Amino acid sequence: MLEGVGLGIAFGGVRAVNGVNLRVERGELAGLIGPNGAGKTTLLRLLTGVLAPEAGSVRFEGKDVTRVPIHRRAQLGFVLTHQIVRPFREMTLLENVMVAAASEVTRRPWRALASVEVWPARQRALALLERLGIADAADKPAHSVPLGYLKRMQVARALALEPRLLMLDEPLAGLNYTEAARFADLIVQLNAEGTTIVLVEHNLGEVTRIAGRLLVLHNGAILAEGEPREVMARKDVRDAYLGVQAAHA
Amino acid sequence: MDYYLSVATFAGLNVILALSLNLISGFCGQVSLGHAAFYGLGAYAAALCSVAGLPMGVSVAVGMLVAGGFGIVTGFAALRVREDFLAIVTMGVGFLFLGAVRKQAWLGAEMGIAKIPSPLDKWGYAALAIGGAVAVLLLSLHVRRSWMGRAFGAVAQDEDAARSIGVDVSGYKIAAFFIGTAAAGLAGGIYAHMTQLVVPDAFNFVQSVTILAMVVVGGIGSTLGVVAGAVLLTLMPEMFRFINDYKLLVYGGLLLLVMRFSPEGLAGLVHRVTGRRLA
Repeated sequence: MLEGVGLGIAFGGVRAVNGVNLRVERGELAGLIGPNGAGKTTLLRLLTGVLAPEAGSVRFEGKDVTRVPIHRRAQLGFVLTHQIVRPFREMTLLENVMVAAASEVTRRPWRALASVEVWPARQRALALLERLGIADAADKPAHSVPLGYLKRMQVARALALEPRLLMLDEPLAGLNYTEAARFADLIVQLNAEGTTIVLVEHNLGEVTRIAGRLLVLHNGAILAEGEPREVMARKDVRDAYLGVQAAHA
Repeated sequence: MDYYLSVATFAGLNVILALSLNLISGFCGQVSLGHAAFYGLGAYAAALCSVAGLPMGVSVAVGMLVAGGFGIVTGFAALRVREDFLAIVTMGVGFLFLGAVRKQAWLGAEMGIAKIPSPLDKWGYAALAIGGAVAVLLLSLHVRRSWMGRAFGAVAQDEDAARSIGVDVSGYKIAAFFIGTAAAGLAGGIYAHMTQLVVPDAFNFVQSVTILAMVVVGGIGSTLGVVAGAVLLTLMPEMFRFINDYKLLVYGGLLLLVMRFSPEGLAGLVHRVTGRRLA
């Protein structure tokens, strides 16, 4: 479904991502992990088009999307949620999701100008907020609700686009243990319903629990990939990942 | 009576200008400090057409298209720069317009274009300006209610988040600049025919700041607030003559006061007092 071939980018003299090849199959829930500074977010940005790669290409459903802008990729069903939640702060949670739910209409400015019908998008947005358990705050401005709500709203907003591939950048960061576990269960459920998901995550416990396959990134390159427990048991992964973690501790 | 008609006409023109800037800055979040240039482009283009013998309606329409066309070009600049850098770029557009017009003999250079045919009487211009203001007001209210208004809001609040949910940020910015600058061109076309004379100084930086002050005082983003701001700032120099001599100083001071004490302008005050948000 998604394929990155020879992806690379450097910032100054540092090669943040160096010749990465990866494939994500339809229907899978893949976890992308790695120590701080391994290049996870950069790789995600290369895949989603936030950054243009200096080398390599990205294919989505067999089509080369390397130079396709982010909004076009989102329209194709290839959607990213940001690591730091980015709500439209002055809008309510419902309005935030409605803008995404009306993406068919907002795709072209002139069509958007001609359309004032809110009801279908509103119903869909409300259903999504209910689905994610945050309908009680639907009419609250985004700047006034806690992080857990915003994280869920961000996923609701992404789901409103009916994505076929959802890339979640650290969705569990900043959530407490219970919230993280509940959120992880939701991700599993979404995946079971047919959405292919790539999860970049620092919460190793949860990502090992829910991911069907792990990719470990180290120094901008894929160090290992495979079944989560097998991957985590590898010595080179523990040295790279946990070793670095231990040194930080 | 003529005096009141003339004030009403200018109030109408200022409402058009302020609402058109509000579309770009208030709705879509794109700072513009050179709005008078598009007012001027509309005026000059309409004046040239009218002097060449075209009917007023066609001349004004050409003025709108010319202003809107240059607005699109400015919109492309807004794709590359944001916020304070965009403010500088749009200010540059204003100075570029003035600098270019002042040196062009075919545009009358410093003397401008005179003897523009004027087919209407004072009542006609007042009706046209107020009618234009009502049309731009209705357009603004419609834009706000439509999905374009919501998408503008998304672009204004977080461009990157808007992109990630499939909003064509570039398309919306260009659309905002086109609609806003074409409307300013409409005001320019009416102005040129009414005064029968266009000179570069009528579209200088002070004029851009005046339009901006109307938007900020009224409440950036609020259509009705901006209408009130434009009418208030048109009447103020008429009621207190001395303001006219110190326009830039008074408007600059007003901008500072509003930003400090009521950043949402008159619309914010109404909201605080009545608890109701103005459209």
